[in-house]
Amino acid sequence: MSPGTNLGAQRLPPTREGAFSAPILPLELRDVCYEVGGARLIDGISLTIETGPRTLILGPNGAGKSLLLRLAHGLLRPSAGQVLWRNRKIAGAGRGPRRQAMVFQKPVLLRRSVRANLDHALALHRIGGEERRQRRREALQATGLSDRGDQPARSLSGGEQQRLALARAWALKPQVLFLDEPTSALDPASTRAVEEIVQALHAAGTKIVMTTHDLGQARRLADEVVFLNRGRLLEQGPADRFFTQPQSREAEAYLAGELLW
Amino acid sequence: MLKRFMTAAAGLLLATGLAAGAHAADKFITVASTTSTQNSGLFEHMLPAFTKKTGIAVHVVAVGTGQAIKLAEKCDADVLFVHHKPSELKFVAAGYGGPRHDVMYNDFVVVGPKSDPAGIKGMKDVAAAMAEIASKKQPFVSRGDNSGTNKKELELWKDAKVDTKAASGTWYRESGSGMGATLNTAAGMNGYTLTDRGTWLSFKNRGDLQILVEGDKRLFNQYGIMLVSEKHCPSVKAELGQSFVDWVISKDGQKNIADYKLGGEQLFFPNAGKTGS
Amino acid sequence: MNDLLQAFGQALRLLTSLDASLLEIIALSLRVSLTAVGLAALFGLPLGAAIALFRFPGRRTAVVLLNAMMGLPPVVVGLVIYLLLSRSGPLGVLGLLFTPTAMIVAQFVLVLPIVAALTRQSMEDLWHEYEEQLRSLGSTPARAIPTLLWDGRFTLLTAILAGFGRASAEVGAVMIVGGNIDHVTRMMTTAIALETSKGDLPLALGLGFVLLTLTIAVNGAAELVRRWSKGWTG
Repeated sequence: MSPGTNLGAQRLPPTREGAFSAPILPLELRDVCYEVGGARLIDGISLTIETGPRTLILGPNGAGKSLLLRLAHGLLRPSAGQVLWRNRKIAGAGRGPRRQAMVFQKPVLLRRSVRANLDHALALHRIGGEERRQRRREALQATGLSDRGDQPARSLSGGEQQRLALARAWALKPQVLFLDEPTSALDPASTRAVEEIVQALHAAGTKIVMTTHDLGQARRLADEVVFLNRGRLLEQGPADRFFTQPQSREAEAYLAGELLW
Repeated sequence: MLKRFMTAAAGLLLATGLAAGAHAADKFITVASTTSTQNSGLFEHMLPAFTKKTGIAVHVVAVGTGQAIKLAEKCDADVLFVHHKPSELKFVAAGYGGPRHDVMYNDFVVVGPKSDPAGIKGMKDVAAAMAEIASKKQPFVSRGDNSGTNKKELELWKDAKVDTKAASGTWYRESGSGMGATLNTAAGMNGYTLTDRGTWLSFKNRGDLQILVEGDKRLFNQYGIMLVSEKHCPSVKAELGQSFVDWVISKDGQKNIADYKLGGEQLFFPNAGKTGS
Repeated sequence: MNDLLQAFGQALRLLTSLDASLLEIIALSLRVSLTAVGLAALFGLPLGAAIALFRFPGRRTAVVLLNAMMGLPPVVVGLVIYLLLSRSGPLGVLGLLFTPTAMIVAQFVLVLPIVAALTRQSMEDLWHEYEEQLRSLGSTPARAIPTLLWDGRFTLLTAILAGFGRASAEVGAVMIVGGNIDHVTRMMTTAIALETSKGDLPLALGLGFVLLTLTIAVNGAAELVRRWSKGWTG
């Protein structure tokens, strides 16, 4: 397989472990609540996320967007309710290789070379040998970091660091990729590069679930919008409809507020 | 690079570990002795001759007489070489070792500041001199460590009828350390102290101190040597230890001791031949 | 002041003459302290990291105890190890008393809490920063230990150097378990103590300067390793 051939593919090529290629979607949240010290930050959210469309989670600051991603990804355990993948509970994060990945607002990169950062993630997924080399090469190429393999990851610019975080996710070939405001700290050029990579991942068949507070970005990327306010789910539906005919007063105000700026 | 780091770390460990193993002396005995013999340099003079003759290395652990006897009691030494006859006899009587042999003697001296505020310089009766220090409340630094010298000093205070316990912390100061450290303290506070002549002669940081009282027969300082009992301590290297004891009290060993001089002065006077119980 | 100058001259003389018995003492000091510190690092790094990452009952108490043990009095450690290694003690049959190995054991006990406690703190900070990302990648706390140790290597090097400082400067414990036997267990610190007790203060202080030089050399070497490694790993 030559680098880049998976760009246009509809499905992820199967990995070595058969279990890895078994589909995990849809993701279903049932009455999920999350409380910290008595404060209910996520309040009874039920929703289903299907294969295919790019889902963007929108809402004002403090709406619970990041928490929702973490609950879905398994980094947080809901105080009440259930998170089901294909109607089954699966073990939370931190219990071995997974078919989902996440890119954070502020990328956490290891104090090692770019290449070693990818190797670390691939090793956690027990991918070695020739396959590891190949995935590394593809991921670096897809994110435009091919000539940076030997550079210390922490010496990259902010935009490059986020691209490396995306390369790391890319190399793992996840079925679902969660992105938590991946461009909020980046300049326009870097933002564009990140969006292009996200598009490429989408084109390669990875389900994208992303939060953003940048409505322009949401318009560019979203196929489907999930709108939250104060920990509650107010709307879920096609992006076109959300942007043109928001169903809730809050969404209307949110979209209007954006126009005022 | 993780691998490279680990390899380097492992290599370092291995190297130091190997080096630690390489220095295993083949044949040696452990002698518990006192700081006075060590600090005077006697062992550095004596031991090479013995090792050359017998091929046995001698490991000297130099501590106070009290601690040396404790080490021997706990079977951590093969030979005991100290200087407080009553304690040594008790050690033998308890079955911890023996027989005990006289080896050599030197003497204790009272040293103090040149100005001699207690006015004891030249006195022939050491107990009277010490009573004088007490009555003038001049600083006196005691070892206070249950060593041979400390025990001798306490006997002298008894003779002088001075209650040092009551005076402790005032003019009577217990350093709780070895002879050298005690001399350093005495020099520092310009006080009096009792020391064995060997340590005094080899001591370099005298400051204003000088010998004020010497020659009283109560200041006699006898050294004794004995093998630790094999019955009490099965781990004792009886044969090698005995050969050291035998050599020290032999003509050869005794001459070796007599030959040791510092600044032209003989430090120890061999007197083996008498066996104490 | 005169004494200090004299001591400085003495130290220069000692260092330039490369006296054989001095070299022996230096070699032993390095051997014992580096081995003790190496072993303490081998056990202390994973131990500190484990306490940082795992949650178990009594963890808070363990952290407090570990921190407190950084202040273990060397003489007490020496005494306990003496009683253990004494011929009449439980480990007497090993015949380790008054050997370099006994001194390594004593220094190991003194250094281990320092390395482990400092590792625990720095690993906890690092885990705080990395936890979400590593768990997202599928790492368990156990699997995260080597990752964090390697990423915290420069801080940990400082922890190890702190341990080396304790080991190389310590005299109370090695004096008791080593016995300061000439050519066998005489180290820099015990030699200094001996020369002090002989009243040869310039020589004692001169040896002190030599020890200081040694410590600076070891720390300098560590700094070089740090730079060399930083140059190509960040």
